[in-house]
Amino acid sequence: MTQQIAARPLKFYGEGISYLKPLESKGSLIVIEGPDGSGRSSQIDLITTHLEAAGHAVITTGLKRSELIGAGILEAKHKLPLGKKTLALFYAADFADQLEHKIIPALHAGYVVLADRYIYTLMARSNVRGIGRSWSHDLFGFAVKPDLVFYLDVPPEELFHRVFQKYGSLDYYESGADMGLSDDLFESFVLYQRSIAKEFKVMETRYGIVRIDGGKAIPEVNVDLQKRIDGYLGSLR
Amino acid sequence: MPRNVMKTVTGRGHRGKLIVVEGIDGSGKSTQLHLLDKWLRSLGLNVFFTEWNSSDVVKEITSKGKKKALLTPTTFSLLHATDFADRYERNISPLLEAGYFVLADRYIYTALARDVVRGCTPAWVRKVYSFADTPDVTFYFRVPPDIAMDRILEGRPKLKYYEAGMDLNLSNDEYESYRIFQTRIVEQYEGMAQKDGFAVIDGTLDIEEQQDLMRRHVSKFLPPRPKPPLDLNQKQETKLV
Repeated sequence: MTQQIAARPLKFYGEGISYLKPLESKGSLIVIEGPDGSGRSSQIDLITTHLEAAGHAVITTGLKRSELIGAGILEAKHKLPLGKKTLALFYAADFADQLEHKIIPALHAGYVVLADRYIYTLMARSNVRGIGRSWSHDLFGFAVKPDLVFYLDVPPEELFHRVFQKYGSLDYYESGADMGLSDDLFESFVLYQRSIAKEFKVMETRYGIVRIDGGKAIPEVNVDLQKRIDGYLGSLR
Repeated sequence: MPRNVMKTVTGRGHRGKLIVVEGIDGSGKSTQLHLLDKWLRSLGLNVFFTEWNSSDVVKEITSKGKKKALLTPTTFSLLHATDFADRYERNISPLLEAGYFVLADRYIYTALARDVVRGCTPAWVRKVYSFADTPDVTFYFRVPPDIAMDRILEGRPKLKYYEAGMDLNLSNDEYESYRIFQTRIVEQYEGMAQKDGFAVIDGTLDIEEQQDLMRRHVSKFLPPRPKPPLDLNQKQETKLV
């Protein structure tokens, strides 16, 4: 049996959400970051199974999943290229929707919220496209600070093979095709993923992101992650 | 007028002018901007007109969300910021670069007023919109809220949910809610008027009088007129030949 976890005030990166005060979390927000092909969803499945077996109520959430505007984001991408700030704000709106309608209520109710990506991916994408880091940071002043953030680090060359095997093609934005890095798609992908990884490295200290070697086999990575998560959840009791 | 005859403010490659109108619904700002638009075009200037919440890309998504009445103040704010950013990145910014007169019916101050009334932190909204250029002039149409609201509510129009501020639970009656909401927005505008250096126009004056004030202000931004002596010289030359 799991024991009751004491309510803690939610922490935010900036101004927070003043009209929702006072806000408490009886759960935990655990974020798994990493590029496509880094094994995020496999890890989230394994962690969910493990935590549920241990008696935790778990929900998962991810980017582009908001009912409200998720679909619109994809449509807009295909119609005509959006500006950098437009895209950044679009994703932030989608994120805000999920944060307020899903993540915060779940935390309040005592769930373990497993987030398949969070604001860091959004910030990294913006920042490598030349948006100022401070603007990106300020934009997410309403975002809840997670309890734990992991980044699954996989070399771009390895990612390329994983993505190709899984989908048979590369995603336009995920390969940085909008940035004109290279005419060669493989090269563009590698360069883009490398710059994203570099951006995560820059963010590590500021946001307390824990880097995990995602190049290892899935069970191995899972043992590492699960140990850290269990340790943290144990410390809350 | 053919395109190549059109003049830019100070020639190609020089920055244009950003002229903004702000005020609550019924303050008469759109009528005034329309007249200013006609005037500038009649002078042969390059003019671009843009209005709040009008980006095609974003429209579909915002209207879907608005219909569902599910938008939280933060989401609402960010969707409008997305709309603004799209118009800013696509039109406003490049056209200012190209020397256009950009006329904006509502600008970031609308977001600041509305989002703050909805409960967003002023500092956060300012940061979100920090990429936007400061206008060359922001005309604020000051009208007693009751007069503006009477103009709007006269025909008992069907007010939209967010337009009436129904999401704020101010009143179950949409007209009453609208009145409280608009009054609060006016408070925000008045707070900004000094801080953001608005050119305040008395919106209770005659339409022509207000327009005259605006044109006088904007004439400072007009390119110098071609000098008459040039014509004289041409005539003299003709005579000589």
